[in-house]
Formats: sequence, structure tokens, C-alpha cells
Amino acid sequence: MTATVTSTPIQRSRGARFFEAWPPLTLAALAWIALMLAVALGADWLAPYHFSALDLKARLLPPVGFGGNWRHALGTDELGRDVLSRLIVSIRISLLIAFFGTLIAATLGTALGFVAAHFRRRVEWLILMMIDFHASVPFLIVALAVLAFFGNSLVLFVCLMGLNSWERYARIARGLTIAANEQGYASAIRQLGASSWRVYGVHVLPNIASTLIVSMTITFPETILLESGLSFLGLGVQPPLSSLGNMVGYGREYLTRASWILLFPSAVIILTTLSISIIGDWLRDRLDPTLR
Amino acid sequence: MMRYLAGRLLRALLTIFLVVTFAFFVLRLSGDPALLIMSVDAPPESVEAFRKSWGLDQPVWMQYLAYIGHALTGDLGNSMRDGRPAIQLVLERVPATLAITVPAFFLKIAIGVPAGIYAALHRNSFADRLTMLVSVAGFTMPSFVLALLLVLVFSVQLGWLPSSGSEGMANAILPIVTLGAAGAAILARFTRSAMLEVLGQPYIRAASAKGLSWRRVVTEHALPNAAIPTTTIIGFMVGTLIAGAVVVESVFAWPGIGRLLVVSVANRDLAVVQTILLFVAATMVTANIIVDFVYGWIDPRMRTAPR
Amino acid sequence: MSEPLLQADGLVRYYQIRRGSRLFSHRATLRAVDGVSFTLQPGRTLGLVGESGCGKTTTARLVLGLLPLTDGEVRLQGETLPKAGSVRWRELRRVMQMVYQDPLAALDRRIAVGQQVMEPLVIHAIGAPAERRDKALAILQAVGLQAHHFDRYPHELSGGQRQRIVLARALVLSPRLLVCDEPISALDVSIQAQVVNLLLDLQAQMGLAYLFISHDLRMVRQVSHEVAVMYLGRIVERGDPDRLFASPAHPYTRALVSAIPAAHRSARQRLILKGDPPNPIDVPTGCAFHERCPIAVARCRAETPVLRPVADGRHVACHLAA
Repeated sequence: MTATVTSTPIQRSRGARFFEAWPPLTLAALAWIALMLAVALGADWLAPYHFSALDLKARLLPPVGFGGNWRHALGTDELGRDVLSRLIVSIRISLLIAFFGTLIAATLGTALGFVAAHFRRRVEWLILMMIDFHASVPFLIVALAVLAFFGNSLVLFVCLMGLNSWERYARIARGLTIAANEQGYASAIRQLGASSWRVYGVHVLPNIASTLIVSMTITFPETILLESGLSFLGLGVQPPLSSLGNMVGYGREYLTRASWILLFPSAVIILTTLSISIIGDWLRDRLDPTLR
Repeated sequence: MMRYLAGRLLRALLTIFLVVTFAFFVLRLSGDPALLIMSVDAPPESVEAFRKSWGLDQPVWMQYLAYIGHALTGDLGNSMRDGRPAIQLVLERVPATLAITVPAFFLKIAIGVPAGIYAALHRNSFADRLTMLVSVAGFTMPSFVLALLLVLVFSVQLGWLPSSGSEGMANAILPIVTLGAAGAAILARFTRSAMLEVLGQPYIRAASAKGLSWRRVVTEHALPNAAIPTTTIIGFMVGTLIAGAVVVESVFAWPGIGRLLVVSVANRDLAVVQTILLFVAATMVTANIIVDFVYGWIDPRMRTAPR
Repeated sequence: MSEPLLQADGLVRYYQIRRGSRLFSHRATLRAVDGVSFTLQPGRTLGLVGESGCGKTTTARLVLGLLPLTDGEVRLQGETLPKAGSVRWRELRRVMQMVYQDPLAALDRRIAVGQQVMEPLVIHAIGAPAERRDKALAILQAVGLQAHHFDRYPHELSGGQRQRIVLARALVLSPRLLVCDEPISALDVSIQAQVVNLLLDLQAQMGLAYLFISHDLRMVRQVSHEVAVMYLGRIVERGDPDRLFASPAHPYTRALVSAIPAAHRSARQRLILKGDPPNPIDVPTGCAFHERCPIAVARCRAETPVLRPVADGRHVACHLAA
């Protein structure tokens, strides 16, 4: 007596399969970042008012829904400046700073990591000492000192943000390059007669790129947090420029009377850093499932 | 061991020395402090006199040598604002900072580590997801935002706790909670992933296949192994605590070193800034050495590795 | 006698290390290679055998110039080997190439294998781009692969196919010498024979010389024209493979040969060596093998034996064999 087993493959709905590849949380995070990018790029057209335009008749207006009106959808601050406009411009500044800071950190860090792995011995020792030194004092403190005494030019500030996170990239680049050099494809390519430039540029860099990109999703939020912290203390982005941290700093005095002034930029900071972390986790899972 | 100790100590001293040198040159090369301290329309003679009295008319490298010489004897310069020795100013504020950072440190560990362990042991359960969610919120939120939110809720709306000042114990609660929260979140996340990594190892399966109760497997095998990377992270947290104190003390007007740093930086009070930098560097370096030792002690591979 | 393709004279490679626990560490010298000499004629194969840690891979790296020599000299085509990384060294890559134990590690995961086979031509700027592709395809065929493998990625190929790709990449420059460091030990047994046959065919076609390094004695016997047995960084016996395996002269070789699994157990007695496995940090005085040798005498502890010719043309480093 034979038993026949008929099996029908389990049909998963197209929706379920879609959501498996793109988890809803990641989609939401991507959507938020896309929105932030759009705002940053189109700030000049999106802002209803100039960010420092005063409207002394409409001071401390609450946002719409809490007693305000659509003319100032997110309310105004103590000088009558439109919160929405300031928010839009602040997003652009903060994202710009974080973006360039991360870029500087990644480039500098990766280059130093390569140099350390390539030359070893004393050069590596020197670079490792620099990494140690960097890790031994909280950067916020160093940044504070440098900022106050060298002034607050935006360029300097961005470079400082870059210096905050370079060591993470340096360590990764150095570690992965040493591994590739000792046993793997890098030494094989070099053995074929390739110059070091070729080995690093054509072979090593593409192979470590995914790990570096994941690191960027960690240092980008760190940079945003550092910048907003410094701006909050009044030592970061200076007026008339406005950043997210700035706005929270100004809004502090009006915590009780007009909390919206600081709540909106705070929310933007939190949502942005959160989104990038989520994207980073997702990227890490996708690019290399063996990593944790 | 002795050789290792000596090596670490040497590196530590070198680091401190580098930090001090760095601070000195950065601060000196960035502008003329005399012009800043005195007002813009002060007569040039008094500016000159000020410079002389602070030794600012000497070439930079001479000032540096003088500074190092004094530093080695314990004299770290005087505050330019009120003339008192910088080191005295700093030491006065240390207890206040310790009063919030030390409890915050223990709070972090007390909340973060058990939360992480629990989440790892009950992976994908509701508690796990909740812990992870809360912890993510913890480290994406800047500390000043958290501080202000807590003030908004507990001081303004509920009126339970004072929002600033340092009169009594109640004043310390919000600063401590703020400092501890972010760190607890990161610690929880990290402990969880360290535990998960350990739990996935073959020796855990072997231990439970031997017939050990799950509880014993966890306490005798998993936890000690997960403790190793966790200790290093706890070491790093000292640094973030100090950085956090700067912001938290400013928000809550807490009279500690962090607040002093911000104020001194704004006033370009060179000696005080340098002293604080030195102090922070020394603390961090000490913390790192302690972590290295603890690490070397609890990781048996470090003790017997042929090097 | 034509000029030897490769000549190694007294190759020495020492590492300075620190051993012991943290508390009582002291300096010691790790003698990876301790005076190795041999010559290799064009089109011939020298097999280098020994157990793990005897220095075979280090010797290969020294010969290629990948490691600096502590002492000794390597001459390729009569010319002293230039410093690694120098322009001349890179040019000499066209003469001398290496085949690795782990083909997956030796290939770049992200690039198609055909591109990787072409890469040496790109590096040394040989031929026009179209010609390079043709040459690569020709080499692929020579190693037994087909044109459609050109666009595959390393992880899409089997272990044997990957090793063929590594071979193809090494051969595309038409070198005269291939250093093969355990080229088949990572492959399935059934594939091993195929790759070995391929190596022999290529040698016949292209007149390649091989430095074949392995711990697999039977394989080495098949491919080599001459075999050298290494122990603790020195060559202890060298000669014709068949004679060496049929009647080994050095006690260590005897022990190695006796350990080869044989169909007829009675044909050979298994020789078990006493003492600890060799440690290149603690090389014994005199003959490195004397502590484990069943026939050692006092002289063996005092005096280091040198390689001396014996009756049938072999060279043996043993006081009691000459």
C-alpha cells in the first residue's frame, strides 16, 4: 500500500515577499532620509520665509493646531522668525556638515589605515599611537578647546567633525588590509608584479568598501550628534547661520512658554540619526550576512 | 607582566604629555589672549603690562618650557579671570562632577548589562524587542534633548524635581538619570550582541549536551566569556561619561568641571582649560590602564599567551 | 651542463621572537630555514617534502623574494634576485610565478576569473586589449577550462576549477619556473590526480620547471625529477625519487617513508619516532634530528652533518650514511 503525498508549495503573497526583502522599518527610514535630503537640497525653494526674517507682531506663536495658524505652520520664536523656515535651513546646514565631516573622516581614515598596513613597523606604530591618543581623550573636549580658540569658521568646524571619527575607518582599513596582504589576494596580486597603487586601488578598496560604508552609517549620526551638541552649547555653528543644535539651544529659555521651538529640531535630530542607524543595520545584514 | 606594566605606564605618560603639549600650542597659537581679556579700548600700555605679568611677551617656546617646568612642580598657572591657581579651581569642582558621574556610571551598568543579558537570553521575545527599541532611542537621542525632555516632564509638568541648581540631593537626580540613560542604552545593546555571539559558540552547545542545566551553562560558561568584550566597552564609557558631563552640567547649571570648561573656553581662560584637559587625559589614561589590567586578568588567553 | 634556472645557496631565514609568559619572557631565534641549497634545471621538477613547520613554505617565499633573506643567495637565470618590489623584481615576475594552496584566498572575490587571468598582461602592459582576451582564453583552454568560464566568479567554480584559474593566471606570462606551494592539498582526492596530470602536461608542453612543495610523499614521487627532504629548516636527503623512496638513506626519510599507507603492510615496518615533534625555536645542537634518531651516536650531537654524496648519486646529511 503506497501512500501518496501531494505537496503544494506554500504560496507567499507577493506582499509578504516584498516585505521580507525590504522590512517596513527600513522603508520608513529610507523615506525619512529621502525627505531630509530633499529638504536640504531644496531649502531655498521650500522655506516660506527667509530664516532670519523678523515678524515682531507674531512672536512666540504656537504651531497650527495648538492655537496658531497656517501662516506659520510650526509656530514662531521669540523674534517672530518662522520655525518651519529655520528648521528647513537648519536641516540643510546640519546635513551638510555631517556629510562632509563623514567624507573627510572616511578618506583620511582609510588612507591612514592603508599606509599603516602597507608600511608596518614604525609608520604603523606612529599611526597606532595617533589612534590611541585620539581614543584617550573624549573628542568633545578637544573640539571645544580648538573651536573656541580658532574661531568658528564653517570650514574649520567641518574639518573638526572629520577628525572626530577618522580612527574608526583607519582601524578597519588597517585590519582588513593586513589580512588581505598576509594570506590573501593582495599578496597574490603583488606577486604578479602589480604596483602597490594597483593592489590597493583596484583590489583592496572595492573589497573593503562595504565594511567602510557600514561604518559611515555609524559615524554619520555620531557627527550629527557632536555638531548639535556643540551648537547647543553655543560653540558650534554661529549665528546668523542656524543649525539644529542651535535651534535647541535658543529654544531652551522658552522651554516652558514655547516648547515647540526646541521640540521640532530635537525630533528631526532623533529621527534622522535613528533612520541612519536602521539603514546601517539593514545594509550590514544585506552586504555580508556573516558579519554581526 | 612587569614589562607590560612598564610599557603601558610609559605609553600613558606619553599620552598625557602629548595632550598637554597639544593643548598648550593650540591655545597659544590661536590668538592674543591679552586683547581678549582686556576690553577693546584698553590703553596699549595696560595691555602690555598684562602681557608681561602673564609672561605672554615671551616667545612661544619659552612659554612652553616655563609651563612644563611649573607643571612638574604642581603649579599649573592661574586663572586669568580671578587670579586663583587653576588647579585649585579645578579641584574645587571635581567633587561636584564626581557626584553625578559616579552614580551615573553604576546606574549604566546596573541597568544596561542585565537588560542586555536578558534580551539575549530571550531573543526575539517581546522583552527583547522592547529593550532594543528603548536602547536605540537611548543612543540616537542627544543628551541635551533627553535632559530638556526630562526637565519638561518632571520639572515643568509634574513639578516633582527641580530643574537646575545644586542645593540638594533632589537636584542631582535628573543629571544622573540623563547621564546614565544614554550609556545604559549602548551598554544594553552591546551586552546583548556579546552574549548572542557567545551563545552561538560550539562550546555552549557542548556544555548543554553534557547535561548541564541551562542556568549553569549561562552562569558558568556564557557570562564569563561575554564579560570579556563587555569590560572593554565599560572602559570606553568613562570617556563618554566625561563628555556627557560637559553637556549635562551646562543644561542643569551643575557646578562641576564640565561647566567650568565651557565657561573657561568662552572666556579664553587658558590656564584653566589646559588644566582641565590634563585632568581629563589623566583620568582617561588611568581608566584605560585599569581596563587593560582587568582584561588581562579575566581573559586567561592573555595571561599565558606566548608573546 | 646548461646554466641552472634557479640556484639557491645557503638560504637562511631566522626570526627573532620573544617567548615565555609575560613575566619571564626572553628572546629566542626561530630558525625557519637554516642553510638550504639546491639547483633547478629548466624543465625539471624539484620536490620539497617534509612535515608541517619544517620550513618548506618559507623556502618557497625566500626563493620568490617575498621574504628577505637573513643570509644566503638566490640566483635566477644567473642573476641575483633583486629586492622585492623593485622594478627589476617586478619584471622577473614574468619568469617566476607562484601557485597557492588555497585558490579561493588567492583570487579576488569581486572580479570575474577571466579578468583575473588577464590581469598579469595588464600589469606588465603586454599586448593590445583584444589580444589579451584571446591569450587569456587560450590559456583557459590549456588548463582544461572552457570559454564560458571566463565570466564566472571565483565562488561559482569548484575547488579544482579555481586552482586551474590560479594556474592559468600564473602561466599567462609564459614563465619558466612555477613555485607550487601545496597546490593540491586543499582539493578533493579525485581532483588532485587531475590537477597533477595537468601540471605534468603543461611541463611537457611549455618546458616549465617546478619547485613542488608538499607533505604528500606519493604525489611528490609522481611529479618530481628530484626530491629533497627537509627537517627543521635543513635538507637532510636529496636525490632520485624512486631510489629515495625505495631505500631511504637518512633515518628521518626512512621514518617518513614507512608512514606512507601501503597496500601490503608486511612490505614495510612502521617506524615510530621517539621524542617531541620538531620545534624550530629549540633546534638541537649538531644534527637536528639526533634526539629522535634511532641510530644516533655521540658524534651526532656534537657535529652538524653536511650533505654528502653517496654511492648512487644521492646526497645525504648523516654521519652514518656516507
